Amino acid sequence: MAANPMSQFDVYRIGPEIKVGAFDISFTNASLFMIISTVSILLVFNFGSKRNSVLPNKIQLLAELSYTFVAKMISDTAGSKAKPYFAFIFSLFMFVLFCNMFGMIPYTFTVTSHIIVTFILASFIFIGVTIIGFIKHGIGYLKLFVPSGVPAVLLPLIVVIEIISYLSRPISLSVRLFANMMAGHTMMKVFGGFVISLGLVGGWLPLSFSVALTGLEILVAFLQAYVFAILTCIYLNDALNLHH
Amino acid sequence: MIKKIYFQSIFFSFLFFKGAFATESGGMPQLNPEFWISQIFWLILTFGTMYIVLSKFILPKISNNLESRKSQILENIEAAEKQREVSEAKLKEYDEIILKSKSEAKTTFNQTREKALKDIMAKKEVLDQQIDDEINKAEKEIEVLRVSAPDKINKIAIETSSELLEKLIGSGVNSSSISAIVDDLSKRNGDKYYGN
Repeated sequence: MAANPMSQFDVYRIGPEIKVGAFDISFTNASLFMIISTVSILLVFNFGSKRNSVLPNKIQLLAELSYTFVAKMISDTAGSKAKPYFAFIFSLFMFVLFCNMFGMIPYTFTVTSHIIVTFILASFIFIGVTIIGFIKHGIGYLKLFVPSGVPAVLLPLIVVIEIISYLSRPISLSVRLFANMMAGHTMMKVFGGFVISLGLVGGWLPLSFSVALTGLEILVAFLQAYVFAILTCIYLNDALNLHH
Repeated sequence: MIKKIYFQSIFFSFLFFKGAFATESGGMPQLNPEFWISQIFWLILTFGTMYIVLSKFILPKISNNLESRKSQILENIEAAEKQREVSEAKLKEYDEIILKSKSEAKTTFNQTREKALKDIMAKKEVLDQQIDDEINKAEKEIEVLRVSAPDKINKIAIETSSELLEKLIGSGVNSSSISAIVDDLSKRNGDKYYGN
């Protein structure tokens, strides 16, 4: 198991096989870590919002700082119209962040390193943003593909490029997160394997590399959650404030 | 810049996919669709539950907390401002009282001083009066003495001259003629003798 750096991404069943019709919805290690992340988020923010003292304690400060951080991010990128979607973007950011961070603990499973999970999140965002855009602007939302101030000659080309770039949003959004997570964890595993294989004599170099990589991966874990949330805000901004 | 990164990541991930498909045995577990449905199901379940709980119960509470803290802080600042104003007014009042009492003390001091001065002046006047009276009296006595002095001198002169004449001549001389001579002399030299 240790030899293959990809085996850390294996999904395996925990407990019995559960089938609903033709679909297998068994409880797996991925489900376990989704539940762990969700429950920890709810616990942190529940304890962070329970008492309202003028001088906040640590957990309350954590919850309130996260709240103001996400609120500022949304208002900066998508304006005040995005306020109704605050809860969604907040849960999205927290979910991705906690899944990434739990993945950094050794012997855990990284939920966001699976393309299917990130793709479902991204396509949900994509579909939601498209629906919001059409509700807000009607058929005028299609103006998004026709940037103003472009010469008429270039317009057909630009429109095609814009449509492709719009349609590739869920793919780029999901693949970015998934690939970052997978690559980082694979690399850490590979360097970890080097430490074992080179032993006491030569193992120090990959070990120090591993330590540095751990720090980098923690940064990436936060950064990818942030990028995921901020891109959602940018897409939402396109749908809410149509100006290209 | 960001778009470039997107496309690069997409491109590289396709390369990855290809390699993964090529090696059946050690491929990417991510591309094994065996548990895709399960992952989708659990993702929707957990994320949906978290979203509902966060949006319905927790986030409103946090925003409420933040708002109430903000308003409380504003209220406290306002109260502090009010207190400051009150204390400033008190300070002003205190200053006024101090000023007033100072001026009062000054007037009292002045009044007392004037009164004392007046008393002293009155006493001085009385004393001056007394002194003047004394002086006047003394002057009058002196005057009286001075007036009476020539007569006495004349008398002595008359007596002395009559005695001298008696001794010289051996017989008595008419005193009235002597006194006439003495009077005449004294009147003639009066200015010399008495300096008046």
